[in-house]
Amino acid sequence: MLRSAMLVAAKDLKIEMRSRVLLVQVVPFAGVVFFLFAFALNQHQSLLNEASGGLFWLAVLFVAVLSVQRSVSVDSEDLAGESLLMTGIDPAGVFLGKVAALTIELLVLETVMLLAESLFYQAAIRSVASIALTALVATLGIACAGILYGALSAGSKVRETLLPMLMLPVVSPVLLGAASVWPGAGHLAGGSRWMLLLSGFAVLYLAVGSAGYGVLAEAR
Amino acid sequence: MNRMQGQDIDGSRLQEKDRLQGQEKDRDNPLTNGGQTRSATVVRLLGSTSVVLVALDVWLGLFVTPPDRFMGNLVRLMYVHPPVAWVAFLAFGLTAVTSLGYLWPRTRDHRLDMVAGASAEVGVVFTALTLVSGSIWGRPTWGTWWTWDPLLTTTALMFVLYIGYLALRRSTGTPESVAKRSAVAALIASVDLPVVHFSVLWWRSLHQPPSVLNPDLSPTIHGSMAWTLLLGFVAFTLVFVWLTYWRYHLAMMRSGIDKLKLEAAISERQREAQGTLEGIGAGVSN
Repeated sequence: MLRSAMLVAAKDLKIEMRSRVLLVQVVPFAGVVFFLFAFALNQHQSLLNEASGGLFWLAVLFVAVLSVQRSVSVDSEDLAGESLLMTGIDPAGVFLGKVAALTIELLVLETVMLLAESLFYQAAIRSVASIALTALVATLGIACAGILYGALSAGSKVRETLLPMLMLPVVSPVLLGAASVWPGAGHLAGGSRWMLLLSGFAVLYLAVGSAGYGVLAEAR
Repeated sequence: MNRMQGQDIDGSRLQEKDRLQGQEKDRDNPLTNGGQTRSATVVRLLGSTSVVLVALDVWLGLFVTPPDRFMGNLVRLMYVHPPVAWVAFLAFGLTAVTSLGYLWPRTRDHRLDMVAGASAEVGVVFTALTLVSGSIWGRPTWGTWWTWDPLLTTTALMFVLYIGYLALRRSTGTPESVAKRSAVAALIASVDLPVVHFSVLWWRSLHQPPSVLNPDLSPTIHGSMAWTLLLGFVAFTLVFVWLTYWRYHLAMMRSGIDKLKLEAAISERQREAQGTLEGIGAGVSN
């Protein structure tokens, strides 16, 4: 299963490296989102600084929806996903591989977005280790839920509207937890509890996704 | 003579066979719904009983029970709000159980999927009623229509999750693939059910802890108020069963219509193809 996962992850990352869709389209989109947040808050510097954690993770969720759609469309084209499963590969391995690829892609995007946020909102990047740990656990949870809901909406003609509707309410605990443990958010006292929530979310969706991906892939 | 008798016997056997086949078809066909008059009477009885019990609950709640020492007349909303919330949980619980039954290969049956969909639809209506009745209660009690309380927030999330589930049920695909995907979505959404129920205990909440289903299982409500609340639970549960039955029945009828439309389209194509072949045959012979 792990070997299958690594092969699928390598395939998805190779496709992304070649097409550069995330770099060319999603990164500029994240920049636009940061600009729009600033306009919405009337470029109020101290307000933007205070809300930087929540705004960052909200932008990550928007970017994640686009990335999941990209990940699903890669498999939908020319029945690539079905062909992959017909090789007899373990569906759980496919799920884990796609989650791994999406997690890596999102972590790269988050690094770029963090730098952009510190530039535009003049938000000081403190406690890099804490941010990195939060980002890793939260992103894993988002990727698991995203791939699972991507597979759920894959066969539908209204996939583009169905996916955010299904995925965003589900990942709202991640937004809440990740924004709460953001350095300077003022909730660090309960940080370990939020980290527990983020870890629990990631483990739950990892388990549900590994068990249910085969059924969803069959039903495509 | 014997030969003619033999023909008659064969004919009556064929007629009997046709009659039995017709009955079987009627039983399977959700449109004709043949031979189900007894169940129709039960459903009618269930509907009228639930309506009478809801009316009785409203009358007891508004005119018979006393006002609460702390909440005053506001307590009268409590004879509706907790039962409505209970039905929402019951509906989504049934959706989860039937979805699990559908996903389990040994128990897979399209009727389970239909029940899951019907129950979720009724559940969404009752969740909306829970949010609205809670909001009406919250305005005079907390001074606001809405607050970011854990129970309210998780209930609103549950509402959105099941709206998403219903949207997924209406998505395109073969009935089997949509049913499978919906069943998985229902099971994932059901994770929110215990979170909503225990949110009052897990986080600091403005909302009071459950009066009946609390961790000590000792109701904090007594006398006529307790009986009225209990009646509310029974009445709204019957309303749920009644509405879910009709929604399920409607879904079965729609599925029957779809099947008939498909059969009609196939036979039309077959007739077209036969006509074309006959035309070609006539052209060749000419």
